[in-house]
Amino acid sequence: MKLNIKYNINSLCKKILREQLDKMGLKYDLTTFGEVEIRQHFSVEEYKQLNTALSEYGIEIVESQKSVLVQKIKDVIIEMIYLEEKLPASKISHYLTEKLNHSYGYLANLFSEVTYTSIENFIILQKIELVKELIISEKLTLTEISIKLNYSSVAHLSNQFKKTTGLTPSMFQRIIEKRNRPAQ
Amino acid sequence: MQHDPLHILLADDDEDDRLFFKDAFEEIKIKTVVHTVNDGLQLMNYLNMENALLPHVLFLDLNMPFKNGLECLYEIRNTEKLKDISIVIYSTSASEEDIEETFVKGANVYIKKPNDFLTLKKMLAHIITINWQYDTCGLNKENFLLSIQSQ
Repeated sequence: MKLNIKYNINSLCKKILREQLDKMGLKYDLTTFGEVEIRQHFSVEEYKQLNTALSEYGIEIVESQKSVLVQKIKDVIIEMIYLEEKLPASKISHYLTEKLNHSYGYLANLFSEVTYTSIENFIILQKIELVKELIISEKLTLTEISIKLNYSSVAHLSNQFKKTTGLTPSMFQRIIEKRNRPAQ
Repeated sequence: MQHDPLHILLADDDEDDRLFFKDAFEEIKIKTVVHTVNDGLQLMNYLNMENALLPHVLFLDLNMPFKNGLECLYEIRNTEKLKDISIVIYSTSASEEDIEETFVKGANVYIKKPNDFLTLKKMLAHIITINWQYDTCGLNKENFLLSIQSQ
C-alpha cells in the first residue's frame, strides 16, 4: 500500500537539534532557522561531539572562521593564565601572534568585533576571576596570589581588582563569606 | 556580529527613569530588548508566570512601592527557576553597609544612579559587556560582583 508523506523540514531539524543539545545538557537558544546560540562555555571536544551526532542526520555545523579564531584566542589566553605557573615574560601580543600566526592588529580587531571587548580587557577579566577563585579557596595569601599571577606587587593586584570590580579583595572575601554563612 | 538580542527587564517606579534607561539601551552596541515594570509586585508577578520570558539581566531599583528591591532580590535568589538571572541593583544613594548587604543578598552589580545620559549609557554598556563575557565563557556568575559608584 502506498502512502504519500509530507514533511516539514524546519520542525524536523529543530526537533533533532533540541534532542541532541538536550542530550549533551547544553544551555541554548534556537534562534532563526539554521542558527543555534550556545549560552555557555563550549569546548572543542563538545563541538566535535555535537557535529558527529548531527552528521548522523545529515546535519552539519557550518564553521564561522571568525568565531573559531576568537575561540582560539580565548583558549590561548586562558591557558596562559591558568596553566603556566608564571606568565610568559614576553608581551602577550607577541605570544598570541606566534601561537596563532596572525598579526596582532588583525586578532585584536576581530576579537573586539566578536566579543564586544578588547583582548587586554579580556585578559584582565580572566586574571581577576582567577584571583577571586584563589581568594575563596583560602589556600594562598593575597601576596602569594600576586606572585603567582605575575603582578609587580600586592598593591598592583589590589588596584587592578578594585578598578575591575569596584571592590577591594577583602570586601569581596567578606561578602562571599557572609553569603555562605548559614542564615541567622 | 549577529546574535540573539539580550533580554533586559527594568523595575522602576519612576516613569522618567524608565524612559531614560530605555533610550540608553537603544544606543548600546550589544543588541537588547528592554521590558519594564513599575513596582516590586508587578515584577514578581511577571517573573513567576508559568511561561514567563525570563530576562538575562534584571535592573532593580532599591526603592519601589509595594515591594522594595531588597525583598524582590531575596525572593528571586531563593527561586530555583530564576537563579541564572544577572541582577543589577541601582539606587540614588546608599551607604557602604547597604551596598555590601545587597551583594550579600545576591546582587551581581550595584550602581549609583547617574544624572546624565552619557554616563548612564557608558555604565550600561560596561555592565552588559561584562555580563556577556560571563555568559559566553562559562565563568562562575556567583563571583560576578561589580560596584560602580564614582562618576
